[in-house]
Amino acid sequence: MKTQLKAGVVALSLVAASTFAADIRIDGFPDYDTQIDAIKGGLPEHNITMLKNNHGDHHNKLKTNLATGTGAGDVVLIDVGFVGSFVNAGGFVDLTQFYQGMAADYADYAVEAGKGNNGAQYAVPVDLGPGVMYFRRDYMEDMGYNLDTVMSGWDSYIDYGRQLKKDGILLIGNASAVANAYYRFNVGEGEGLYFDGDGKSLVTSDRFVKAFELAKTIRAEGLDGNISEWTEDWYAGFREGKFATQMSGAWLLGHLKNWIAPDTSGLWGVSDLPAGIYGTWGGSYLAIPKQAKDPSASWDLIKYMISKDIQLTGFENIAAFPAHTGTYKNSIFDEPIEFLRGQKARLMFANIAKNITPVTPMKGDLVAEDLINTALDKVLNDNVDIKKALKDAEKQIRRRVR
Amino acid sequence: MNSDIDSQPRAIAHQKTPRNWHQIFRKLTPYGFLSPYLIIYGVFGIFPVLFMIYLSFHLWNPVEGLGSMKFVGFENYILGLTDPTLWQTIWNTLVMAVLSGVPQHLVALPLAYFLVMMGSKARHWFTTAYFLPYITSTVAVSMIFYVMYSKDSGIINAALAFLADASWSSWIFGGLKEVLPLGWVQENGLIRYSVSFVVWWKYVGFNTVIYTAGLATINPDLYEAAKIDGASSWQRFRHISLPLLRPFIFFGVTLTIIGNMNLFDEPYVLTVGGQFAQTAGKTISNYLYQVAWEWLDMGSAAAISWILFVVIGIFTAIYFWFFGRKGLGGE
Repeated sequence: MKTQLKAGVVALSLVAASTFAADIRIDGFPDYDTQIDAIKGGLPEHNITMLKNNHGDHHNKLKTNLATGTGAGDVVLIDVGFVGSFVNAGGFVDLTQFYQGMAADYADYAVEAGKGNNGAQYAVPVDLGPGVMYFRRDYMEDMGYNLDTVMSGWDSYIDYGRQLKKDGILLIGNASAVANAYYRFNVGEGEGLYFDGDGKSLVTSDRFVKAFELAKTIRAEGLDGNISEWTEDWYAGFREGKFATQMSGAWLLGHLKNWIAPDTSGLWGVSDLPAGIYGTWGGSYLAIPKQAKDPSASWDLIKYMISKDIQLTGFENIAAFPAHTGTYKNSIFDEPIEFLRGQKARLMFANIAKNITPVTPMKGDLVAEDLINTALDKVLNDNVDIKKALKDAEKQIRRRVR
Repeated sequence: MNSDIDSQPRAIAHQKTPRNWHQIFRKLTPYGFLSPYLIIYGVFGIFPVLFMIYLSFHLWNPVEGLGSMKFVGFENYILGLTDPTLWQTIWNTLVMAVLSGVPQHLVALPLAYFLVMMGSKARHWFTTAYFLPYITSTVAVSMIFYVMYSKDSGIINAALAFLADASWSSWIFGGLKEVLPLGWVQENGLIRYSVSFVVWWKYVGFNTVIYTAGLATINPDLYEAAKIDGASSWQRFRHISLPLLRPFIFFGVTLTIIGNMNLFDEPYVLTVGGQFAQTAGKTISNYLYQVAWEWLDMGSAAAISWILFVVIGIFTAIYFWFFGRKGLGGE
């Protein structure tokens, strides 16, 4: 009898313990692998592991996992570009209850974007991507150029490229980034990147025409290297200082500093985009797939990852710009960043984040992004007329987004 | 005759049930042994084909689960057949199939002939060497070629730059100076050649082995007789080896047609998952993958794969029509 009782107590306590301690696997992409150790330390009650894949593979894997209903992590990281396709997919746990009291602490537009058509919160923002331009200081002030003059407009930016060309320095790795920056950062209120509020395609609008024209000028004059982004040649370009600028989200700093070109510390600076436009480039969300073993344990991890402290740590470690707006008053925003030759860049990021026009993720974003990139490729490499390429793309988008 | 047939069921009816069970068991035994294959083939071979027929008439985003399938009739097929990208990718596939397929056989056949002429010892060593690329992982091979093709750090551009500069070779390579470094996998004008070379390199050994095996089946007496009649080495190749190799050529070329029309890995890896040279370098298989897994439109992808199936069927049929009977050895 006594032993039975003892066994019962042991069994009960085991059951109780298991509701607290859980194995949680987070599926994500770089640079969050650098950040995971800091997270592990703060949640000793759970056993946290990370499955890292590169950005593209991670999302492909996630699609397969959702389609087959198996194999996804307990928490998944989702790039904002995929959020529009995923939030209405029905594969994720409704986080509205969990998130209710906290949502107000996070950037409004990003919180909104994580909601499905039914108004339920399926994904919560963890980092934002204020759009910026990284530039080589040794090719800017050290060579006698004035940053403010260069960045005053797109024409002056391209002029700077013409000057650099004489010294054998490229303006940018790939002209397509300029087109990207232009159409990403001039989105009107209430619009998506490629569609208006009603889901009508916007890709033949002036925003895209002008974006393509800028890129075409840069390519035609040989100011870029036609180096594809996120390839070995591109990384080498950063390491060897082949190009002078790169447009991106603030998060590129983390990649540059941690693995792409750590040796170039002190040679870089960051600036607003030409013509003083503000916009978002990237950003990540966290979500819990319905397959997760223990959603409440998964939420523990999410809650911790979006807590003020760990958001700040992430900002310091991997330049993942906090989605938590309460962090912006923290003193680390005033700290100089060594990699950027002591620039107080974080204040600038925060300023951009405050001025961002929200971009609404849409269902057809993935198809449109692909087709716009193809159209850009045709314009830049095959000399196809800009208006024709965009018209063709629009035709395809209309057919394919059903 | 008739009474024989009649008497059989009666005989069975008289048997007791245990015997009956025993007989059924004996009849089913072979199927039991076959079942691992039948089950695996059913699940992974037949079911996907049937499911894909079903899928091609539906609109389905896999991420939304099986419940979200919507019947759309022939819409996927109409969308596919009127899609300029689909025709462009079919054309790309065809061009790369020819660019890699024809040289494969033009090289493999004489190579096999020389290997056989060299005698068996040398032949075994060389065949193994030529066969190695075939059994190496396609992805690994393509990645290595990708590094070699690299614009700024690749060995091919480095070698060309050296040849363009060196005094002894500049008269022939000097003209390249203007265009170096070449974007072997970045440029639409070059990508088909770059992909085709990798495919050629990988499969030429396989075809060589087929032809070596074929040549080994030819009776040496024929060569000897021809030699005595004064036939030259070329005449022996042309009038003895080549005609007798027909079935092997037929087999090899059929495999090449089917394999090349399905080309996926090499262009996928060389264009870094479809980032470069998409106008000229995207094959129909790449496109179908993109529609399925990047655009999450499984129905359209299923329809495209049926279109691909028909295209391959047509090419194989044309080939069979022209060469089939002779190829298989009949007249």
